[in-house]
Amino acid sequence: MAADAPTPAATTGHVFPGGSASEAALAGLDALDLREQRTGGLPARIWASLWPKVLAIALVLAIWELIHLSGYKKSIFPAPGPTLANLWDQLHTGLLWHAIGTTLQRAVIGFALAILIGGVVGALVSRIRPLRAAVGSLITGLQTLPSIAWFPFAIILFGNNTTAILFVIVLGAAPSIANGLITGVDYTPPLLLKAGTMMGLRRLSLYRFLILPASLPAFVAGLKQGWAFAWRSLMAGELLVIIANQPSLGVLLNTNQDQSDLVSATAIIIVILIIGICVDAAFGAADRTIRRRWGLTASA
Amino acid sequence: MTTTTAVTQTSAAVTLAEVSKVFGRGSSAVRALDRVSLDVPPGEFTCLIGASGCGKSTLLSLVAGLERPTAGTVSAGGRRVALMFQEPALFPWLTAAANIELALRARGAGRSERRQRAAELLELVHLGGFGGKRPHELSGGMRQRVALARALAQDADVLLMDEPFGALDAMTRDVLHEELDRVCAGRRLTVLFVTHNVREAVRLGDRVVVLSSRPGRVIAEFPVPIDRPRRIDSAPVAELAAEVTDRLREEMTRHGG
Repeated sequence: MAADAPTPAATTGHVFPGGSASEAALAGLDALDLREQRTGGLPARIWASLWPKVLAIALVLAIWELIHLSGYKKSIFPAPGPTLANLWDQLHTGLLWHAIGTTLQRAVIGFALAILIGGVVGALVSRIRPLRAAVGSLITGLQTLPSIAWFPFAIILFGNNTTAILFVIVLGAAPSIANGLITGVDYTPPLLLKAGTMMGLRRLSLYRFLILPASLPAFVAGLKQGWAFAWRSLMAGELLVIIANQPSLGVLLNTNQDQSDLVSATAIIIVILIIGICVDAAFGAADRTIRRRWGLTASA
Repeated sequence: MTTTTAVTQTSAAVTLAEVSKVFGRGSSAVRALDRVSLDVPPGEFTCLIGASGCGKSTLLSLVAGLERPTAGTVSAGGRRVALMFQEPALFPWLTAAANIELALRARGAGRSERRQRAAELLELVHLGGFGGKRPHELSGGMRQRVALARALAQDADVLLMDEPFGALDAMTRDVLHEELDRVCAGRRLTVLFVTHNVREAVRLGDRVVVLSSRPGRVIAEFPVPIDRPRRIDSAPVAELAAEVTDRLREEMTRHGG
């Protein structure tokens, strides 16, 4: 067993044929300097990230059940058991899936448009100084404006249709996305800019190989925030803009409200919540991947 | 006399003539460099040393073309200039090899040439097996070696180094001195190396140039007639370092009074 003790050369996987004292010292230093990468197995990691979520869900259900048991508005307050059963039933109807499909389709189209417009505006504003002075604070202003305020405008302009909803989604999400890109460009480390300039990167190549990749973390943060705004705008839109014969999550909620069906409404809210959490988790994963690759995580 | 000057001027790799650099305007203006003249012959390893505020880094920025002098002329005679910083300044989203390849790409190398040259340069700095690592996965000394490889990838004739080993521990630094010696021996590189470590300057340089502080001015030059390979803890290095230190002390006392 003792004979298996790895030599420094074996640990780094390097052999220095006829190496000088300097090379040997260098190899030794390298071996000492390199951190052990500690990564557990996949099941362990999944479990580590899963159990807090399972615990949180259990807690919410417990509190919910307690409120129900306390007898608060007993006649109408939905209990967890019947609500989850209702959700289960609704998942077996085509209507809910049709509604989810419509809503997600709008979300994807609206968010894609927002990325396109926000990205182009962000790139132009970060690059052109007079435009920055003119439009910079306007973008931040738009970001703080609750996008639901646009609906009367959108409905009158476009009518009761999907275009009105998409318009408000874009207005809600694009400012965050543009601001994310602008922030990223602004915070490109000056040292890296110097290094890039010395390498001979100019204008377009400087943008492509240095500034854009350097802005990626801030851009992803902007996307994440933009998605939150898009999702809210979409839900508000679907409650306000009722389009005939097009079931969406908002339409289902509206119907439940009309029929005072609190159990079904709660089931739909759970669906909306789960979709939101899933998308957020996707952005979180993208963010973590970038951080890990860049060495920005605390543990690395 | 005049002819000699003319010859040195035309043959120098880097020439600074009466260079002044002032930052800011009016009462808040700071004179970083004051009428600095310096010729660095091709292939020479020149160390610039001085206390803080002597404008060492400013001088390198001027030679690198990142800044313009307020007065005087700076010329590298159209030679390619590469710059290394105290920080490795590697791009964190690229692997070690990709960092080097980007420098090759910026000067127009094709894909296969980039691959091959990057691998050769990594071998040169003894990081052959580490091309796939990202900067944060490497130690400080290894990152600086990648930065050196990247600087060499720019195919520069003039290498400017701004305290490149300042943030490293003494042991790693000693080994990197040997590495730098070895790399420079193989090419006709003109090096302008800024440091505040006197022994490091004497250990590495063919010549040590001492700058005064606020404003920076050339106050002394020491040729280093010590045979290579040198050791930072050898007697001749220590002796000359003491001499340079005395000169620096003199300069500091002037400010203290």
